[in-house]
Amino acid sequence: MRTSQRRGATLAVATLSVGALLAACSSGGGGGGTEGGGGGGEAATCTNEIQKPDATQVSVWAWYPAFETIVDHFNETHDDVQVCWTNAGQGADEYNKFSTAIEAGSGAPDVIMLEAEVLPTFTILNALEDLSQFGAGELASEYTEGAWADVTNGDAVYAVPVDGGPMGMIYRADIFEEYGVEPPTTWEEFAQAAQDLRDAGYEGYITNFPTNGNALNYALFAQNGWKPFEYDAANPTEIGIDVASPEAEEVLSYWNDLIQKGLVSTDDAFTSDYNTSLVDGTYAVYLAAAWGPGYLQGLSDADAEAEWKAAPLPQWDPADPVQVNWGGSTFAVTSQASDKEAAYTVASELFNNMDAWELGIEEAALFPQWNEVLSSDYFVNLEYPFFGGQQINKDVFLEAAQGYEGFAFSPFQVYAYDQQTQALYGMVENGGDAATALQTVQDNLVSYAQQQGFTVK
Amino acid sequence: MTSSSTTVERTTGTAAPGRRGPAGRRGLAHSKIDSKRQWWGWLYVAPFTAVFVLFLVIPLAYALWMSLHNKGIATGGQSVFVGLDNYARAFSDPVFLSGLVRVAKFVLVMVPIQIGLALVCALVLDTLATRLSKASRLLIFVPYAIPAVIGALMWGFLYSPRFGPAADIFGIFGATAPNFLSSSMIFGSLVNIVTWQWVGYYMIIIYAALRTIDPSVYEAARIDGAGGLQIAARIKVPMISSSMVMILVFSLIGTLQFFTEPTVLRSVAQGAIPSDYTPNMYAFSLAFSYSQFNYASTIAFALGIFVFIGSYIFLFATRKQSGLK
Repeated sequence: MRTSQRRGATLAVATLSVGALLAACSSGGGGGGTEGGGGGGEAATCTNEIQKPDATQVSVWAWYPAFETIVDHFNETHDDVQVCWTNAGQGADEYNKFSTAIEAGSGAPDVIMLEAEVLPTFTILNALEDLSQFGAGELASEYTEGAWADVTNGDAVYAVPVDGGPMGMIYRADIFEEYGVEPPTTWEEFAQAAQDLRDAGYEGYITNFPTNGNALNYALFAQNGWKPFEYDAANPTEIGIDVASPEAEEVLSYWNDLIQKGLVSTDDAFTSDYNTSLVDGTYAVYLAAAWGPGYLQGLSDADAEAEWKAAPLPQWDPADPVQVNWGGSTFAVTSQASDKEAAYTVASELFNNMDAWELGIEEAALFPQWNEVLSSDYFVNLEYPFFGGQQINKDVFLEAAQGYEGFAFSPFQVYAYDQQTQALYGMVENGGDAATALQTVQDNLVSYAQQQGFTVK
Repeated sequence: MTSSSTTVERTTGTAAPGRRGPAGRRGLAHSKIDSKRQWWGWLYVAPFTAVFVLFLVIPLAYALWMSLHNKGIATGGQSVFVGLDNYARAFSDPVFLSGLVRVAKFVLVMVPIQIGLALVCALVLDTLATRLSKASRLLIFVPYAIPAVIGALMWGFLYSPRFGPAADIFGIFGATAPNFLSSSMIFGSLVNIVTWQWVGYYMIIIYAALRTIDPSVYEAARIDGAGGLQIAARIKVPMISSSMVMILVFSLIGTLQFFTEPTVLRSVAQGAIPSDYTPNMYAFSLAFSYSQFNYASTIAFALGIFVFIGSYIFLFATRKQSGLK
């Protein structure tokens, strides 16, 4: 009995000490983790090196290429604020983490890179600060009209614009020349060119219409005057949904027709198949945003003979050209930021000087929304070796950027995109018609919105 | 232990009533030791219990609590208690129900193929005793050693119309290759990936079970005139039925919770694999893409209920084979 008791006691002591050891370990880990937490508290480590450890730290999530050089530039030029940068994934990966952190109540960074299209999705979750309290309203004139419209709602400013995606048409001049076809300037000419290329023996497709194109498809519809959502953050329980409008139907029928004739392919965008087809001559045209050339240059297996040129996006009505935007990003201050003023400084000043933008343009192939760069001689006259020295900004993208007027996205944009992908895929796969596909999206979005507590106007 | 002590007590009790006292005391001491033992037993399982409670029971309870509340994105993040409303919604949600039907189809197709192949491989390898059998055993098992995500990514490339070998192989016979990533083919493509991955694992379990059978049984059967096929079908399979039931349960539960392979393949076939392809994928996108954590918990629980009922029915039906009876 006594021996067993002693054995038991020894065991208890052993268990306790193991427990204490574990506790010590975990507390040690916790202690180590707090070093970078001046700003968000949760940001354990920074990808960049903090140059002034005594200054307030602001944690930032962003996925720009070559962003570290821009962060370093900010930290060098600021004494009271330092950026602690983490790449939390690109697009949806980052948004999933962010919405989880919002639901959890902690874990979000102070400043986050968001595409303009998801801003309403997060404002409705009360995840973003209204920056007008820090005087962001005065920045309006510094940015292009469309970019500013995308980040504001009435007087509220939910983010600071960074880069944009004004759209143009990037095409293979060598292919058009080889088959004796003129590059199109209207959509009518575009359809004709598609047929002419095929008739002349070109084996590829004039372009690709990805059913998962999401924002690209939105931009193509919007060019014809499509306004699918009417949503005001000041009145967040009301929404107007008009996806299946005649404008959208006209555009989608146009593409559906080209697809059914076999002149346009329907590969999923951003897959390795699609990437290869972009650069190996399978597609003669890449309907692209201003960040598209950067994307192309990052792809391998490029056709060595390729001769790229940029031209304005084809128009529905050449007398009344409409400019559209695909993508582009902003910096928002999250509601979990501990020092919101410092966070706003970071959001508004990371990209508000020429030095940062030269890095952003040359290293990351970004297209600025900041007027000072847009109007600078440097940017206007910049020659792109990829396009054989063509001044693509002057020729195409500057006009597209200035002509863009903004677009209202829904507060459940990821869902809306998923529904669109399903409907377009179904249309292509089963040879359906455009009106049915759009009506399916419309019905699903309306019932979803009602289910989520919106009043659908 | 307990039964022997009671018999001792009973015998001593009837034989000499005068000695009941001490005997009773001894019994008391016994039960004291027993309860002490039980107490120590808790200490032994404490580390496991702590982890179990912290990472399984508490999250489950929290998810259950969440599934009874609702928070529409338009209602300003107010969480309201709605009772079983979410469950009523789930069981009438066409997306969830069609996902369930889809995984049920996967169960009907995938489970028999996997188990059948694994059984045939194990039986063949069990009868062979050559070096070739060792090599084949390893080769069949290797896919299981590849992480599911890597395996699915790899198959994504093999299925790709541009990079995959299908175009070349079909080209030899002058035919055009089917698109394995189209909506009509994706079901078969997924069955293929999962089968490729899991057959080796099930085979190893069956093979190990076969090895535990005493060879003298086969000898006796052979003397009685049984052939190789008869031995396999009449002796080996019945004798390993409990292992068979176990892998069937594994495979059943795994298939009902189908997630990894379609999620990975979705990156190359977004149209053919919607974000709500299986109930688990639906729960994932509800929570992390659409910010509907409450309803996602409901879907997860509803799926759990189905898996539980399915496994229970299956284990009840096979209680004789599995030895649970």
